Amino acid sequence: MKTEAYDKVRTARSNSRPTSMDYIHHIFDVFFELHGDRKFADDGAVVGGIGILNELPVTVVSIEKGRSVKERMARSFGAPQPEGYRKALRLMKQAEKFGRPVICLIDTSGAFCGIGAEERGQGQAIADNLMEMMTLKTPVISVFVGEGGSGGALALAVADRVWMLENAVYSVISPEGCASILWKDSSKASEAAEVLKLTAEDSYDNGLIEKVISEGDIGEEAFYDRLKWELIWELEKLREKPLDQLLEERYQKFRKVGEPVQNNGQ
Amino acid sequence: MAFFNFRLQPKNELEKGGRTAAPVQSDASEPEKKCPNCHKETPISELAGNLNVCTCGYHFRMNSRQRISYLVDKGSFEELFADVDYSNPIDFPGYNEKIESAKSLSKEKEGVICGTAKVGGEECCIFAMEPYFMMGSMGTAVGEKITSLFEYATEHKMSVVGFTVSGGARMQEGLFSLLQMAKTSGAVKRHSDAGLFYLTVLTDPTTGGVTASFAMEGDIIIAEPSATVGFAGARVIEQTTKKALPKGFQTSEFLMKHGFVDAIVSRPKQRTVIRHLLKIHDRREKA
Ligand SMILES: [Zn+2]
Repeated sequence: MKTEAYDKVRTARSNSRPTSMDYIHHIFDVFFELHGDRKFADDGAVVGGIGILNELPVTVVSIEKGRSVKERMARSFGAPQPEGYRKALRLMKQAEKFGRPVICLIDTSGAFCGIGAEERGQGQAIADNLMEMMTLKTPVISVFVGEGGSGGALALAVADRVWMLENAVYSVISPEGCASILWKDSSKASEAAEVLKLTAEDSYDNGLIEKVISEGDIGEEAFYDRLKWELIWELEKLREKPLDQLLEERYQKFRKVGEPVQNNGQ
Repeated sequence: MAFFNFRLQPKNELEKGGRTAAPVQSDASEPEKKCPNCHKETPISELAGNLNVCTCGYHFRMNSRQRISYLVDKGSFEELFADVDYSNPIDFPGYNEKIESAKSLSKEKEGVICGTAKVGGEECCIFAMEPYFMMGSMGTAVGEKITSLFEYATEHKMSVVGFTVSGGARMQEGLFSLLQMAKTSGAVKRHSDAGLFYLTVLTDPTTGGVTASFAMEGDIIIAEPSATVGFAGARVIEQTTKKALPKGFQTSEFLMKHGFVDAIVSRPKQRTVIRHLLKIHDRREKA
C-alpha cells in the first residue's frame, strides 16, 4: 500500500532535495561558519555560524545531511552526535549574549545511534538543549526543511515559531520503526506513516506548528526568496515583543500541547 | 569527617522512619520470583519485605505505589493530578484497547503518579513512573502530570524527587507525545531557575525520550544499581553499528563512569540519602 504520507517521507528524504546548506547559501547574504562544541569535537552533522539576513546578524544552527557520498559520511548522514547538540547550544547561548535572533534549519532522521554517542551522553545533550532553548533570551525560529526525526530534531525545535516546508515531516518515530514495533513488519512503513500524522499539514492541523511553507508552486530562486522574506518579517515581529512576553508565550505554546479537556493548539 | 553516613544499617533506618511494610501489590500471579542474577526463587511477600531486592543485591522492578510507600513517611503521601486521563490525539488504531489493558494490568490510570510526601520529615513533591503501564511511556497524560507537578513545586518552593522508568515517548500519541519532552523540560527549567532542587532517581529501565528530557535534568542524578539507562535502544545500536556492545553498556555503572550519574544508591540506602539531600536543599525557611 502506498500512502500520501509516505510519499512525503520519500520526498523529505530524497537526495535531490536541497539540504540545509543550500538554504543557508541562498537566504543569507554572508555566512561565517563556526565550528566545535569547545568540549570534545566538531560534529559535521551540525552546521552553525553567523549569517546576515537583510542586514540583520543572526545565528544559524542547522542539521546538514550532506551531498556527495563522502560528505554524507563525514556528516553522519545528518545524525548529530552529542557534541553536535552541544555545538548548537554553544552557538545559541552566544546568540543570546549578543542579542542575535536564532534560526534553526532541521533535516535529520534522528540523533546519532552508536556506542560513542551513548558514552558521551546523547540523552543528556538533547535534554540540555530542551531546557536551555525554552528560556533562551532571544527570538528563535525553527524550520523543518526535510526530515524531523524524533528527539534529535526536537533538540533544535523549542522555538517561538516552528515552521515546516510543505514536504517536510516531523515524527516521534520513523515510520519503519513504528511499523516494526506495531506490526513486526518494517515493510508496512507506508501505513505507519499515515497513522503517525507526520506531515506538515497534519502538524499544522493539530496545532503543533505555526506555519506550512509551500514549495514547488514557484521556481527555486523564488522559493528561497519566499522563505527568506517570511523569516525577515517574522523576526521583525518577534523582536518587537518584550522579552518577558516572548518567553512566556514560548513556554505556554509548549505547555498547552496535550492539555486535557481543551482543544489542541491555538 | 563524616559527611553523611550512607553506610547506615538499612534496617535501623526502616524502623526510624516509621514506615510500614509495603503493601504487596503483586504484579504477577506466581507466588515466587526467580532472580535473573542468581537464579534463586524467593516468595513475593519475602521480597516485598526486603524492598524487592534479592539477597544477591538484584533490584527487582517495582510498581509506582510500592515505590512511594517504601520511601515516604507512613500516611504522608497525598496524590496530585490523579484525574488526568489519557487522550488519543491522533486516533491511533488500537490505542484505546492498549490503554484499557494497561489500566487493568497496572491498576493505575496512567504511566506516572505524582503528589506530595514527607521523607523522614522532609517535605517534597514526588513522582514515580509506572513500569506496568505501557512501560512508563510518556504520552500527553504523563507529560501533563509531570509538568503540573513541577509547576506546583515552583509555586510552593518545594523540591522534587522523581523516580524514572520509561520506554520513552509513547508512539501512539505521535508528535503530541514527542512534544511532552519540551513541555516537561520547560517546567523543570522554571523550577530550576527559581533556585529549587530536583533529584532524579534513575531506575530500570530509563530510555528514549525520558532520558533525553527530565530524567537527565536533575540537579543531582542518582541511579539504582545495574539499571538500564540510555537514549537509543541497545539492540538498535547493535543492529545499526554491527559492533559488539561493550560489557555493561548502558548500565547505571556505565553512566557513572562516563560522567552522567552522581552516585549509585541501592534501594535500602535511598531513603537516607534522599532525606539528607532534601534537608540540605530545603529553600522554604530562607524565603
Ligand atoms: Zn538474586
